[in-house]
Amino acid sequence: MSDPAPTVAIYGLLAEFRGPHEIVAGARLLTEKGYRKVDGYTPYPMEDLAEALELPRSVLPKLVLGGGILGCLLGYSLEYWASVIAFPLNVGGRPLHSWPAFIVPAFETTILFAAGTAVVGMLALNGLPHPYHPVFNVASFAKASRDGFFLGVEASDPKFDRAETRGFLESLPGVVQVSEIEP
Amino acid sequence: MSSANPMDLPGAPIMAPGQSLATVTDKVSGVVLTKKTGLAWLGGFAIAFGLLQLMLLAVVKLLFVGIGVWGVTIPIGWGFDIINFVWWIGIGHAGTLISAILLLMRQEWRMSISRFAEAMTLFAVACAAFYPVFHTGRPWVTAYWLFPYPNTMGLWPNFRSPLIWDVFAVSTYAAVSALFWYVGLIPDLATLRDKAESRLLKILYGMGALGWRGSIRHWHNYEAASLLLAGLATPLVVSVHTVVSFDFATSLIPGWHATIFPPYFVAGAIYAGFAMVLTLAIPLRRYYHLQDFITMRHLENMAKVMMATGLVVAYGYLMEAFMAWYSGNTYEMFMMKNRTTGPYAVMYWSLMLCNVVTPNLLWFKKLRTSIPFLFCVALVVSVGMWLERFVIIVTSLHRDFLPSSWGIYAGTRYDWAAFIGTIGLFLTLFFLFVRVLPAISMFEVKTILPGSGAHDSGGRGEEA
Repeated sequence: MSDPAPTVAIYGLLAEFRGPHEIVAGARLLTEKGYRKVDGYTPYPMEDLAEALELPRSVLPKLVLGGGILGCLLGYSLEYWASVIAFPLNVGGRPLHSWPAFIVPAFETTILFAAGTAVVGMLALNGLPHPYHPVFNVASFAKASRDGFFLGVEASDPKFDRAETRGFLESLPGVVQVSEIEP
Repeated sequence: MSSANPMDLPGAPIMAPGQSLATVTDKVSGVVLTKKTGLAWLGGFAIAFGLLQLMLLAVVKLLFVGIGVWGVTIPIGWGFDIINFVWWIGIGHAGTLISAILLLMRQEWRMSISRFAEAMTLFAVACAAFYPVFHTGRPWVTAYWLFPYPNTMGLWPNFRSPLIWDVFAVSTYAAVSALFWYVGLIPDLATLRDKAESRLLKILYGMGALGWRGSIRHWHNYEAASLLLAGLATPLVVSVHTVVSFDFATSLIPGWHATIFPPYFVAGAIYAGFAMVLTLAIPLRRYYHLQDFITMRHLENMAKVMMATGLVVAYGYLMEAFMAWYSGNTYEMFMMKNRTTGPYAVMYWSLMLCNVVTPNLLWFKKLRTSIPFLFCVALVVSVGMWLERFVIIVTSLHRDFLPSSWGIYAGTRYDWAAFIGTIGLFLTLFFLFVRVLPAISMFEVKTILPGSGAHDSGGRGEEA
């Protein structure tokens, strides 16, 4: 790929690796070198790569815990309000606040809210839906959902230098090709 | 930390040798993208769609006339509607079991069957929901006693009723199953978007994929979400049939008022569900040449789960009979005698044949690994589980306490039309699903390829 005029701003550089082991090794070297705005693009989840890029633990579990607690409280409050305040119904003298009977719907709303938080939270943390992204401009990137392993370095990284970073990426073992990502 | 490579375990492999990331993608996505709509698919779809019209007929008649067109009367106020509701809900359980419980147990063989099993769950729940909704006769006026919403009458549902628990359990189950299924589809929809040739397909699959680009930062949260959803769906799937069994167990009807019901119902649900997964998997792998991914190992494992849960169900039958005798209660003892020798004795003994005798044939490896035999066993189990619900519901209700209020029940032709119609609905949805969406989870199967590197230091399901 011939370099366009260096004055044109780019989003970053994208290096394609031969396989999963090479990309993990490459990510470790990039992290060691001090690059932080690095992202991997792989056809399946790779915990090793997340570790190599020193990604922090996902905050999703805490959100889901919150969602579950909220669902439980809302569900139980609804039951209490409907059965005791809004529509008290005397069935054979049984207590209006029959808490054992209220467990089941409250359990279900707990699960419902927690699962909803897991899905909405995952999408929100990932910034999805996000139909356009500069990496899609690279022709070979379609392979990332099939059998391609890519590492992208963003131009906004303080250590990013168009020529130097490109040279470094090309020197990594197992790199097939380095492409520029147009914004 | 999974120490053993899943490919090295004894028995048939969980994937045919020689697969790579590219072949997995091409074979699975090819079913949707490049394969022509075959005659067999068209024929099957036409039959399924034809059966679905029976449902339409049954619904129209029901709405015009009322639920008098069904066979339900007092004392048998629950008939085909509840039998079929419980039957369908039960079938759904296998999908969630495969995608949630087996994920937590890191059973890697589940990966190639989880997608279509989850789809099966959704379609089965849709069929199940049909019955209680239409049993109300006028579904458009029933919302206020099913769902808590502020209405002009100022009425609220009675939360002390197990029937309301059931509404919450089933609707939560449907919602969570749909979310779980869709989340699993996102990366595979991105694969289809990238592989599709036509611009229209690219746009359609692209909308479903939400712009997924396989970023490791996304995968990181995605894996956390999958694990959390599996953890949430696990108690949920156990609770759903437990709550369904409460509909019966909290009543005082002899034959229903039993503490064994929750575990016995859950085991029965998984048993029926695996039978349905086998019924669908066997033709699916053959027609779409997916034997590389759905191997003999899968079929055999499913047969084993089916047999194990079948034995739990058999224990349930035994305990029902034992408790009837041990209780010394006249009505309980009569219920058992009536079941085994009364007007529905044929149903009871057919049920024993289908659900107690048949699964025990799977002890033999020769039979367990014979595909035509497995297919037949799966069909027999489905019939058996339908008979089980018939026996529990009808024989308990038709002769309860006072002989003056005894009765006899049989489904009318509209009952049958509705039942066969929901089978049509289920098959129609399944035919459409295999045609337009990847029936096997490509990205999950890729993680268990040798040398994928996904499991070097733990993998899917080892976030913490």
